[in-house]
Amino acid sequence: MNAGRPTATKVHWWWIGGALALTMFVALGASLMGAVDIAPAEIFRSVWSRIPVIGGDNPPDARTDAIVWEIRLPRIVLGLLVGSMLSVAGAAYQGVFRNPLADPYLLGAGAGAGLGATIAIVYLPEIGWGMFDPLPLAAFVGAMVGVGLAYLLGYTVRSGRTSVTLILAGVAVAAFLTAVQTFIQQRESDTLREVYGWILGSLNTAGWSEVTLVAPYVAVCGGAIFVYRRLLDVLAVGDTEAAALGVKPQSLRLLIVVFATLGTAAVVAVSGLIGFVGIIIPHTVRLLTTSSYRAIVPLSFILGGGFLVFADIIARTAQAPAEIPIGVVTALIGAPFFAVVLRKSKGIVS
Amino acid sequence: MLKKCAVIVAALALIVAGCSTEGSGATSATTTDAPTTTTPVDAFPVTIEAGNGSVTIDSKPERIVSISPTSTEVLFAIGAGSQVVAVGDQSNYPSEAPMTDLSAWQPNVEAIATYDPDLVFLSFDPGDVIAGLEAIGITVVLHGTAFSVDDAYAQWEQTGAATGHLAEAVQLVSGTQDRLDEAAAAVPVTDDDVTYYYELDDLYYTTTAASFIGQVLAPTGMFNIADEAPDPDGFGYPQLTTEFIVSEDPTMILLADTKCCAQNAESVAERPGWGTMTALRTGGVVELDDDIASRWGPRIADLLETVVAALVAMESVDA
Repeated sequence: MNAGRPTATKVHWWWIGGALALTMFVALGASLMGAVDIAPAEIFRSVWSRIPVIGGDNPPDARTDAIVWEIRLPRIVLGLLVGSMLSVAGAAYQGVFRNPLADPYLLGAGAGAGLGATIAIVYLPEIGWGMFDPLPLAAFVGAMVGVGLAYLLGYTVRSGRTSVTLILAGVAVAAFLTAVQTFIQQRESDTLREVYGWILGSLNTAGWSEVTLVAPYVAVCGGAIFVYRRLLDVLAVGDTEAAALGVKPQSLRLLIVVFATLGTAAVVAVSGLIGFVGIIIPHTVRLLTTSSYRAIVPLSFILGGGFLVFADIIARTAQAPAEIPIGVVTALIGAPFFAVVLRKSKGIVS
Repeated sequence: MLKKCAVIVAALALIVAGCSTEGSGATSATTTDAPTTTTPVDAFPVTIEAGNGSVTIDSKPERIVSISPTSTEVLFAIGAGSQVVAVGDQSNYPSEAPMTDLSAWQPNVEAIATYDPDLVFLSFDPGDVIAGLEAIGITVVLHGTAFSVDDAYAQWEQTGAATGHLAEAVQLVSGTQDRLDEAAAAVPVTDDDVTYYYELDDLYYTTTAASFIGQVLAPTGMFNIADEAPDPDGFGYPQLTTEFIVSEDPTMILLADTKCCAQNAESVAERPGWGTMTALRTGGVVELDDDIASRWGPRIADLLETVVAALVAMESVDA
C-alpha cells in the first residue's frame, strides 16, 4: 500500500464538502450531548450571547452557561484540533516514510512526550509551580527530544541510509525512552494513576486555555503539511524520482517531519497519548478516495477532528457520569470500523 | 454495625472474625491461648490470620521492618515504635519512624533482609516478596488495603497481637471509634441534602460510598455524587465527567490531591466552569492530606474530624 504513483490526483469537491458536513454534524451532535441534559435552546443562547454586535444578551443561568461555554464547547473544539492534527500528522509520516504503519508517535515522539509528562507529574509538583502547569511543556520538550535523538541516530548511520533507517532509529529511541519512563513511573508509584491517566488520554479537563495553547500549532503545522501535500505525492514515488524533479528528498522529509512532530507534541501535551487516530483516518481516506496526498491531507484533517469528537461523545456519555479513557474508545470503535473499510475496499491502493 | 463491632472488639478483645466485612478476607486475630477476660494479655507464640494466611509469631519481635505506611502509623500509635528498626520510603508518618530508602512499591527481599528483621509488615506483595522473605526465615504479615473500617480495626489488633501491644491496639480501636462517633455526632442536622465530591487527582478520579474512604465518611450522612456513576470494575474509583461535577454542585468538594497534584481551593476556582460552584463561596472546599486519605491507619479520625469541622463551619455561616 505504500509507494507508487497516486491512483488519482483530482480532489472532488464533494469529498471535501461531505467530510466537512459530516464533521460539523458530529460537532453539533456533540454540543447537544453530555452527562448533563441541557436543552438545545439554552446551548444556543449561551453561544449566541457571546457573539458581538448581533448577539443576544440573555444567556442561560450562570451554571448552565458555564457548563456549555466553559466545559462542553472547549472540549469539542479541542477534540477537533487534536483529532485533525494527529490524523494529518499520521498522513504526513506515512507519506515521508512511505510506510503505511507510520503514525504520529513514530520516531519517539510519543515515548518522549510520555517521559516528559511522567517527569512533570512525578517530580515537578514538589518544587511548587503555583498555577503554571508544567505538564504540556514537559511533554512537548520530551517529544522534541525523542524525535531529535531518533534523527541524530538515524543520520549517523553511515551506509544504506533510507527512510527505513530512520524508522528503526525511532523504534530504538522509543524503546529506550519508554524504558526510562517505566522505570520512573514504577519508582514513584504514588503518581502511577495520574501517569496512566495521561497516557490513556483524556479531554476531560479541557478549557479554552488549552484550545488557545494548541490552536496556533495546529494551524501552522497543519497548514504547512497542507502546503506540502503535492510534494508528498512526489516523495511517494521515490527519492530518485523526486530528486529528478528538483526536490531534495532528505531536507523535504526533515521539514515535514518537524512540522508533523511539532503539531503532534503540542496536541499530545494537552490531551495525552490518544492512539490510533493517525493510522486509521488517513488509511480510511485512502481506501475510500485516492492515494494522492492532495486528497488525503485535507480530508484527514477534516475527518480526524470529526472522528475524535465522535469518540469523545462516547467517552463522556456511554458510562455517564463516569468517563471512559478516550484512547480506549478510539481503538474500540476505530479498529472494527477500519476492518470493515479494509474488507470492503477493492484494493485500489495496494 | 460499626459501633456494635467496636464494642464487641473491646469486650472480647481478640475474636473479631465475625465483624469483618464478608469477602474482604484477611482478618481475625486469635492467640494460641485466647484469654477470656476483658484485659488483653500478650502471649507468644501468637497466631494471626493476616492477608497471607495464618502467621505465627514465636516471640515478641524486636527488629520490625514496616514497608507499609499504614502499618508504620499503627505500630507507632500502639507503642511498638521502639521495636521498629526500619520503615519503607513511603512511611513519612510519624516523623520519628526510621525512614529508609527501602522501596514500598517494589519491595526488595535482599534489601529488607539486610536489616535482619524478625517481622516484616507489607501492604501488598508484588513479585513474591513474601515467599522470598519466608524462604530465608523471616516472618511476614500482609495487611492489604482495608475494605471497611472494621477491616482496618482488625488489622490494628492483629498488629498489636503480633508485636506484644494488644492492649494498646484495642485501646486505639476503641479510641478511634469514639472519635469517629464524636465527629459523626457533631454533624449539623439539616433538612437539605448534603452532597460531596471526593477528588483523588486532578483528572477527576473519585471514590464512591462503597470505597474505604466512603465508609469513613458515611457517618456524616452526606451523599456521594459519584454513586450515580456505573462502577464496572467494582473498586469504587470512577473518573467523573467535568460537566457532571459542576452541574451536581456538591455541597463539599473534598480534595485528596493537595500533595500529589498541588490542588487547593484557589486552583479549583480557576478550573474552567468551576467558578460557579456554591462550595467555593461557602467554604465547602476542604483541603485534605493525601497521605491520610490514602491510608487506613488511626488518622482516619483526623480525616473525618476535618470534614465535619468544615461542615459545622459552613452551617454556622448559613445560620
